[in-house]
Amino acid sequence: MSTFASTSPAAKTSGSSAAPAKADSRTRRRGLLRWLFVAPALAYMALFFGYPLVRNIVMSFQHYTPKTYFTGEAPFNGLDNWRAVFADELFAGSLWHTALFTLGSLLGQFTVGLALAVFFSRRFRLSGFVRAILLLPWLVPMVVSAVVWRRILDQDHGMLNSALHAVGLTEGGVPWLNSPGVALLSAILVNIWIGIPFNMVILYGGLQEIPRELYEAASLDGASPWRTFRSVTLPMLRPVVTVVLVLGFMSTVKILDLILALTSGGPADSTQTLGTVTYQLSFLQLDFGQGAVVGNVLILISAVFAVLYLRANRADFGKGK
Amino acid sequence: MNPNSNRPRLRAAWNTTAALLILGVLLFPVYWMLNTALQPGSSVAATEWFPSSPSLENFDTAISSQGGSLLTSFVVALGAVAVCLALAAPAAYGLAQFGLRGGQGIVFTTLITQMVPGIVIANALYSAYAELGLVNSYLGLILADASLGLPFAIVLLRAFMVSIPSEVVEAAMVDGANRFTAFVRIVLPMSRNALITAGLFTFLFAWSDFMFALTLNTTDDVKPITLGIYQFVGAHVSDWGAVMATAVLSAVPAAILLVVAQKYISAGITGGSIK
Repeated sequence: MSTFASTSPAAKTSGSSAAPAKADSRTRRRGLLRWLFVAPALAYMALFFGYPLVRNIVMSFQHYTPKTYFTGEAPFNGLDNWRAVFADELFAGSLWHTALFTLGSLLGQFTVGLALAVFFSRRFRLSGFVRAILLLPWLVPMVVSAVVWRRILDQDHGMLNSALHAVGLTEGGVPWLNSPGVALLSAILVNIWIGIPFNMVILYGGLQEIPRELYEAASLDGASPWRTFRSVTLPMLRPVVTVVLVLGFMSTVKILDLILALTSGGPADSTQTLGTVTYQLSFLQLDFGQGAVVGNVLILISAVFAVLYLRANRADFGKGK
Repeated sequence: MNPNSNRPRLRAAWNTTAALLILGVLLFPVYWMLNTALQPGSSVAATEWFPSSPSLENFDTAISSQGGSLLTSFVVALGAVAVCLALAAPAAYGLAQFGLRGGQGIVFTTLITQMVPGIVIANALYSAYAELGLVNSYLGLILADASLGLPFAIVLLRAFMVSIPSEVVEAAMVDGANRFTAFVRIVLPMSRNALITAGLFTFLFAWSDFMFALTLNTTDDVKPITLGIYQFVGAHVSDWGAVMATAVLSAVPAAILLVVAQKYISAGITGGSIK
């Protein structure tokens, strides 16, 4: 009963129902009782995940206004919301920013995370301790990190600019968050900082599972460290890499807290993403129908990667993990 | 890396130095948060590199203006943990041990729900909450925040509970316990570590939640610290010392858990995301 494989229908009637008489109705009742363990969680998930998904699709075809909350009426308006959203330049911009933000963040987080994971795989004093403390940025609420970075990146009184000035790298203050050309890059850098620990921990775990013998064999063959990394480490790490990247993608593509607290989508909408636009349409302009449209686009993008994630995970399920 | 190296000890010392250097660079913002919080009156001009005359003045301001929000976060996060574990533990056990028809499909679905963007949930939830009178309520926020940890908790607990031998439970049932009391008396105590890990992460997720706090509250009746600090920055952006003191206070749970519950944290990050 302890492996996942045993959930197949054949194994369903478990050994405890040995008595032949009346066994049928009793096992059925027992089967129902067993479902009582799972039912509350299923009901909750239906309400908090299933319902929003369905409601969001319906809402995207409805005309929602602040008035809706008094009258309760949200008339259907066909594709009006979709047309309005797709015609808006803000949507195209936010799609582009989301792509840049997500790809840039993933690239940075993953590269630094992998480098740190490889580094901390060496044996030395304080390795475990330092690895643990490095998790802090990931555990602190994202809004809080964003607020701290907003102080550091402040154009006039920020620590970064005064440091750059002190070493003579820049003359005037760099407008990290105040210039449309730089703000998105700043947001990406801050998000890379936030995501490094997560990547490091998962990749470190993956590295630990690579059999030592492979490295011994590589060193017997006289392989250089770089060659060993490319021919042993990377291929063996591939399943973990997929999971890290897909999970990273999912959590990055929908980020809201960081950007709202850092730039509120500005300056000049240069850091608007699908998440912030959904928030803005629904909760600031109170047009929940149009907000739902952008939300649906976000779901669609996530769904593609959900499929990738499940495919990457399928091997694990077979083993009953 | 190479155990046959000529000077392994020297190399290890270099590695330790490099590790501390990495730590210093990556944790600089955390230092800066503390540093700014300890310097009263530094709000307008640039901050000193070190708190030469440290003072807790900013923390007084932070607590008097944001203390209520900290308490709110605490109540909401604990509530979310209670709801989440009460739902997840039996479900995980059922999925791990009962061989339910369609169980595998449920686990897949659980995994997928983790990927639904929060803003999408908030979008639909707000109108439902408005109809049910759950906007600006502790219960509403607790229920919403529990959703942040539930799929994670189910997956994590199930991964642990598949390894509990079914004979242990059956023995208890032979002694007259029913399935539910056997679950409470035998399975839950055995799963203690996994429950702590799932609870810890649900607490952190709920404590860090900003999206539901922002969207499901229209007044200040229920204002967690994440929302508090967000509004604080908007309103008092000149008083950075106090903002940073608030930031420090809101980071305290993460710091405490990191030190006290280190092994659960690592187990949670790897276990919950890969399996």
